[in-house]
Amino acid sequence: MTRYWSVVAGLLVLLFAVATFGVALGSVAVPPGQVWRILLHRLAPPLVGADWPQVRDTIVVGVRLPRVLLGGTVGAGLSVCGMALQALVRNPLADPALLGVSSGASVGAVLVVVCGVTLFGQYSLSAAAFLGGLVALLVVYALARSGGRMTTVRLILAGVATAQVLSAVASLLIVTSGQPQQAQAALQWMLGGLGGTGWDGLWLPAVAVLAGTVVLLGTARQLNLLLAGEEAAAALGLDVGRFRGLLFVLCALLTGVMVAVSGAIGFVGLMMPHITRLLVGANHRRALPVAALLGAVFLIAADLLARTVIRPEEIPVGIVTALVGGPAFLWLMYRRGLA
Amino acid sequence: MSELCTESVTVLAGGRALVDAVSLRAGPGEVLGLVGPNGAGKSTLLRTCYRALRPTSGRVLLDGEDVWRMPGRRFARGLAAVLQETPADFQLTVRDVVLMGRAPYQRAFHGEGREDRQAVGTALEALGVAELAERRFDRLSGGEKQRVLIARALAQQPSVMVLDEPTNHLDLRHQLDALLLVRKLGVTAVIALHDLNLAAAFCDRVCVLRGGRLLAAGTPEAVLTPRLIADVYGVAAEATRHPRTGKLNIVVLP
Repeated sequence: MTRYWSVVAGLLVLLFAVATFGVALGSVAVPPGQVWRILLHRLAPPLVGADWPQVRDTIVVGVRLPRVLLGGTVGAGLSVCGMALQALVRNPLADPALLGVSSGASVGAVLVVVCGVTLFGQYSLSAAAFLGGLVALLVVYALARSGGRMTTVRLILAGVATAQVLSAVASLLIVTSGQPQQAQAALQWMLGGLGGTGWDGLWLPAVAVLAGTVVLLGTARQLNLLLAGEEAAAALGLDVGRFRGLLFVLCALLTGVMVAVSGAIGFVGLMMPHITRLLVGANHRRALPVAALLGAVFLIAADLLARTVIRPEEIPVGIVTALVGGPAFLWLMYRRGLA
Repeated sequence: MSELCTESVTVLAGGRALVDAVSLRAGPGEVLGLVGPNGAGKSTLLRTCYRALRPTSGRVLLDGEDVWRMPGRRFARGLAAVLQETPADFQLTVRDVVLMGRAPYQRAFHGEGREDRQAVGTALEALGVAELAERRFDRLSGGEKQRVLIARALAQQPSVMVLDEPTNHLDLRHQLDALLLVRKLGVTAVIALHDLNLAAAFCDRVCVLRGGRLLAAGTPEAVLTPRLIADVYGVAAEATRHPRTGKLNIVVLP
């Protein structure tokens, strides 16, 4: 137990540090100390006097803080979703993209970007992405349930096949658009990014991820039972079919909300649960909070890299998560003797 | 003390009856053995008892109540199963696995209570796996895994246990220990067994299945006759009373 709490404490410190640097660093560097003074000034003006130019306040509070918070939110969400899905299909290779939701969202987003559908004004992209994800979810769910109860294999196959088809549709739309600029923008979106986030784009994913994580924590015991195997879980009193269905819908919706605001960021949902299990084991009661923290830390750090490495250009954060995360993961795997 | 009955349970798959109208009863505290050749329907019948497979027709009754109509948690407090299926290769510790047996007693957002820890501790001790508690389950030997799974069923504190080949992977010492333990617990038990001598030594009554049908049921001495063994398994055998144990001793003649 002490080891567990030291891991949690370590991650909290790391989260604090990485969030501070996430807000401090960028095209205009703000000293970390000043970041916190600016924030304190916002919260309680009498405590800290403002001795900085107004533009810094705008950068910190208006631009970078929401972006860091979104990064933390999406990172945590992808990570807990991945962990739940890995238990759901009892396979450590599952991740949120498996459900086809990410690909469905991509089709929606690409339609907006390439074809210029603007049904919902400035929220067109997010709304279309979410709707696309929802359609994919319904298709996968229907396919997985056809012919009686939902089995793991059928769910994986339905998810993978749907994802492939929808990815192909998205690529086709981009390739045949005939508008290089829009195609470029669509491709950027598909690779994932946290740029251009304001406070108004933050609350929905934040609430969704928080609520989703709480629900998953509440079902931690059932998630553990799924690891015991389908029959054992049934013998231990779990209605496996119903629980799977509920969990699948929850994770898919959560993924839809996240993909809608950040694009399809890969690798976080696959990798963070693994590292979590290496650190604190697979018992979901202990692992889910750690997975959330780890995902938040990782994505904030990855986003920081994405926007500072080749400043003023930005790399899509999905590329960073894979480029940095992949080798780090392999190193961990061999060192700790996973598998 | 509870009793478990199957009431003309039938399981159809692809037009074939895997289990064909089998009715049997394990009375309070009785240890009932299920024997029969491969494909006889032993596992399938047991699966309908621990709610992994819904019977096509017929009912499974736990103290007169249809198990398929019971709330899952209440069912799992009454009946525990030891299956051949083992947890996936996730990094679960032995304690985590045994703790799963407490799931029917626990509530969402609540940690392990004192009773849970006690039940887990007792179960670990009873199966002699207490010193493995913090080890990773997927790195244990087959025999150790099997004992941990029996410990999990024990942690459920059931009044009925259903065991599917619990002696698989176990060496001689642990085979005896596992079955002795079930006897000592005094719970009602239904056990599928391959080894006829173990069945004869530990079961109050034995049911013989073949091709999904119940062929015979009764005390080991009455049921496991050379004639029936020849009929069911197609092998010649001798059944005598062992001079030292007084139990039925079956020797298969090559």
